[in-house]
Amino acid sequence: MITLIVRRVGELLLLLLGISFLVFGSMYIAPGDPASMIGGPTATEADLENIRENLGLNDPFLVQYGRYLGNAVQGDFGYSYQTKQSVADAIAVRFPNTLKLAIASMVVAVVIGLVAGLISALRHNSWLDFTSTTFALAGISIPNFWLGALLILVFAVNLQWLPVGGLSEPFYTAEGFKQLILPAITLGTGSAAMIARMTRSSMLEVVRADYVRTARAKGVKETKVIWVHTLKNAMIPVITVIGLNFGFLLGGTIITEKVFAINGVGRLMIDAIAMRDFPLVQGSVLLVATLFVVVNLIVDIVYTYVDPRIKYE
Amino acid sequence: MKETLLEVNNLVTEFRTKEGPVQAVRDVTFSVRKGETLCIVGESGCGKSITSLSVIGLLPENGRIANGEVRYKGEAIHNLSAEKKRLMRGSEISMIFQEPMTALNPVLTVGYQLREPLMIHHGMSKQQATTRGIELLNQVGIPYPEKRMNQYPHELSGGMRQRVMIAIALAGDPGLLIADEPTTALDVTIQAQILDLINELKDRLDMGVMFITHDMGVVAEVADRVMVMYAGQKIEEGPVEEIFDRPKHPYTRGLLGSVPNVDDPTFELHPIPGTLPSLTEQIQGCRFHPRCLFAMDRCRQQVPPEDDLGNGHYVSCWLTREEAVSDGVGTNDEGTATRSEDAPLKVAQR
Repeated sequence: MITLIVRRVGELLLLLLGISFLVFGSMYIAPGDPASMIGGPTATEADLENIRENLGLNDPFLVQYGRYLGNAVQGDFGYSYQTKQSVADAIAVRFPNTLKLAIASMVVAVVIGLVAGLISALRHNSWLDFTSTTFALAGISIPNFWLGALLILVFAVNLQWLPVGGLSEPFYTAEGFKQLILPAITLGTGSAAMIARMTRSSMLEVVRADYVRTARAKGVKETKVIWVHTLKNAMIPVITVIGLNFGFLLGGTIITEKVFAINGVGRLMIDAIAMRDFPLVQGSVLLVATLFVVVNLIVDIVYTYVDPRIKYE
Repeated sequence: MKETLLEVNNLVTEFRTKEGPVQAVRDVTFSVRKGETLCIVGESGCGKSITSLSVIGLLPENGRIANGEVRYKGEAIHNLSAEKKRLMRGSEISMIFQEPMTALNPVLTVGYQLREPLMIHHGMSKQQATTRGIELLNQVGIPYPEKRMNQYPHELSGGMRQRVMIAIALAGDPGLLIADEPTTALDVTIQAQILDLINELKDRLDMGVMFITHDMGVVAEVADRVMVMYAGQKIEEGPVEEIFDRPKHPYTRGLLGSVPNVDDPTFELHPIPGTLPSLTEQIQGCRFHPRCLFAMDRCRQQVPPEDDLGNGHYVSCWLTREEAVSDGVGTNDEGTATRSEDAPLKVAQR
């Protein structure tokens, strides 16, 4: 287990190196000049040249990248071109909102996905199964910016049950909880649908397994046949899907944060891209990549508990 | 003669399918006594597994016993409530399956799976069940049983897993053990060990054993009596010596002819031509007649009744009656030799 974690951290460092290079490179060749964004429409060519020189943008690519890496290793991810705030601070302020949203959506996705998938499998071919699979298909097909807008229209504008946007209050207050509901549903629906489908098909497959018949032949109670002998096996592929979806979810926060005007890393990233604020883009992408790898590491560790056949060397 | 343990009378098992109800077992009657092994023999798909699942009450959802009865120690068990059937499984009738690789749950320890029936049927505590479980593993010849209790199935070999399955099946002290091709998936050497183990346990615990197989070699090892099934029907039944020495039904002879005899250098394999008919296929007369080398007009029109040849030997074949008439004696062991010569002609006529 320790060797697994050590190896994964090593892999993570390599991965981050690769990602930083890709992001740095793509920003370097992307059209648009940070200097003109900073200088504004009134800046003269001399002003712009001055800004470029100050930011080191005139240096060769590898020199710039090397300097960035050198600073990053020391925990300095640079300063925003726009606000002059340090990237680390800018992300630290917004990260809690993103994490809150991602976890809430994951809870929505896992709870709805598992319950719907289980009901579908246990009442196979009933109207409940039919309804749940239909909703799952719809859930996967609906783009979440549209779902978000629709939910806002219905529950915030027309019914006025829930706030239109924002995520300013702490989640444990009633107001903060209400703020979280619509964005979490918006972001979690797609994953819920995928988890439901996986749970259903996995359960249906395992229910027919020989060892489930063995359990029945021993005289095991039907509830135990389902909850112990079937479910534990059926969860193995579902856990993979949950892990993968957490990654999609982190990506999905970009759109959802925009729709619900949530001050999170996703929105920071998209605004930074629009403003060619290179240090901010690089910092947020690295954060998301790190999270993705860490979540996958957690999934791999959970695996060893669920499936005894898996052993990491 | 020991007491009868299991009685199956006129069992008909039906499946709901898109094409309507299909009979997988057609009017089958047999019994198993204490301390006796009955082998049910036939090709894949002849209904032998469905017969055993009907007995233990584990038919798939679309299957049901449409007619007949199953009695265990004199009491009807085919119409028990689901809960009573559950309590009967494992404590009165146990079953072991063909694939030891898939019949054990991969995510639960051997100990957990072995303790389960002990706790269900004997009301043991976890600790008592662990102690008894180790005894059982010992009994089925598993070395280091304490260590095995904490292992998972994938850490054991196929033969060991089948031994674990047997230990699980014995945990509830059943009177009847159903073994559905328990050695088919194993190496030949392991196969022999498992057969010996089943034989030994049967004698020691005075169990009845219903042994399902398609392998006549296995039948010779374990059977006291043999029942041959074809396309859902019983076609011949008798003591194992009778079946091997004086097989009456052409299908039984065919099965025996399909086993290579290494002691006899002149032996030639005689496979049965054709394949088993599908369950939905309507066949008039004897269900074996399209593949039978000896089929007569009568076989194509009328279902042969079951004849008692004495000595516990029963057969359903028009041929036996024919022989009885033409030879003027009850049974004739040499009858086959003359018939096989004109057999190709009969095939050509069809």
